[in-house]
Amino acid sequence: MSSSRRSTIILENLRKNQIRELIASGKRLDGRSPDELRPLNIEIGIIKKANGSAWVKLGNTEVVAGVKVETGEPFEGLENKGALIVSAEVLPTAASYIEPGPPDEETIELARVVDRGVRESEMLALDKLALIPGKIVYTIFVDCSIINMGGNLFDATSYAVVLALATSKIPVFEIIDEKVVDTGKIQDPPINTIPVSVTFARIGDSLVLDPSTEEEACMDARITLTTNSNGEYTAVQKGSNGFLTIEQVKSAAETAKIKGQELRLKFQELTTTGQ
Amino acid sequence: MTQTRSLIDENGIRTDGRTGNQLRDIQIKVGVIKNADGSALIEFGKNKIIAAVYGPREVHPKHMALTDRCLLRCRYHMSPFSTDTRKNPAPSRREVEISKVIREALQPALMLEDYPRATIDVYIEVLQADGGSRCAGIAAASVALADAGINMRDLVSACAAGKVDDKIVLDINDTEDKEGGADMPVAFMPNHKQITLLQLDGKLNSEEFIACLNEGITGCMKVYEVQRSALMQKYFGNETELKE
Repeated sequence: MSSSRRSTIILENLRKNQIRELIASGKRLDGRSPDELRPLNIEIGIIKKANGSAWVKLGNTEVVAGVKVETGEPFEGLENKGALIVSAEVLPTAASYIEPGPPDEETIELARVVDRGVRESEMLALDKLALIPGKIVYTIFVDCSIINMGGNLFDATSYAVVLALATSKIPVFEIIDEKVVDTGKIQDPPINTIPVSVTFARIGDSLVLDPSTEEEACMDARITLTTNSNGEYTAVQKGSNGFLTIEQVKSAAETAKIKGQELRLKFQELTTTGQ
Repeated sequence: MTQTRSLIDENGIRTDGRTGNQLRDIQIKVGVIKNADGSALIEFGKNKIIAAVYGPREVHPKHMALTDRCLLRCRYHMSPFSTDTRKNPAPSRREVEISKVIREALQPALMLEDYPRATIDVYIEVLQADGGSRCAGIAAASVALADAGINMRDLVSACAAGKVDDKIVLDINDTEDKEGGADMPVAFMPNHKQITLLQLDGKLNSEEFIACLNEGITGCMKVYEVQRSALMQKYFGNETELKE
């Protein structure tokens, strides 16, 4: 059953007050402005066994995403489309308080929100990935391993998934005598758009972009917005125990669109030159 | 989501006969479960959902108790017979996520600091599902919490808005959810004007996003009236206004 957990990091009240007061005056503990991202470092294609991969470092948060392509049965109700499966696991390497075992509700939410961003933006043209419609389709797995927790897992994981997919080379399967044959050739996946997720924490009356672990420990509410290449909103998730005002949602939506476009340009540069 | 057929006819009438800004019929009955401290049954279109609240009560297991406030636990669950094809009774990943967002939608309205070391358990059981069940579940749960006499800052109302045939419409039903262009569930505290749940899947441009949010909030205000009169009905009989 879902229940409110104690904050995952123990932060002294003094420190919490310091962070809240700083943010109220428009500053942040690490010197960033409210809508500034932490340093973002991306390595592409480092896992050679995967069809595509990306290692994302966003501040202290580190996520590795790998794409594996197989064939299988389509999902119910989506018979003429390839199947896309995004999963995430927080590894025990990620922090002292993480233990191996089945995913907790926060990890399930993380995987589902990242999946929603990719799926609803229709980043992959899944209708081009059916081999025998209704029977055999491409099955694309994107598995994410969170190897270090440093706050804002949502965006770091989403960037890793999007970049791993966008730079992947998927095998060309053919149907010969109703059997799947791997031709040994590779192709670019059919990419429609690049979705970019942007997360804010509300601390007091302020919104801060890309919250760090310490900021997350004293945040009142969280909101993640994903935009596509046309600047349309394709996924939103409000999280955490507090509320947001209508104005805060509108302002977060506006910033998410602008920052999303900036990041998209950076990603596009990476995907064309980084391989 | 790609839309394949038209879901709104030339007169602006939707598949279930509603206009764009019309809610499905909503009925809320308070205190339907004798053993619970608070409960409500909501019928929201074809949704049939029971919410039961137990607590504040002692926490089991004890180590989960919080020293400075009450623990809030929430379970959203769909009965195996509630959907077209039988739903496996084991909690799915979808239900785990919805339980979490519902808990987070209810929490801002509750004065949990009034009951340290205790727990409040909210059970939401979907007996029949018809699209928008998380919103209906939140509306029922918030009435059940009020029925249980928990100290609250406000009720939480919830309603989904969305895009169908490129039009922003209120209260998306099952067909529109599956075939339409976007679905945005919103939960809102009507007196504080604060958003406690916001999700979106689909595709909306900036103007549509704002329009959809406003439409969702309008829907919440309508749901609030039903919640309020259901509580009034139980505690004040046929009186419709509180006497100061």
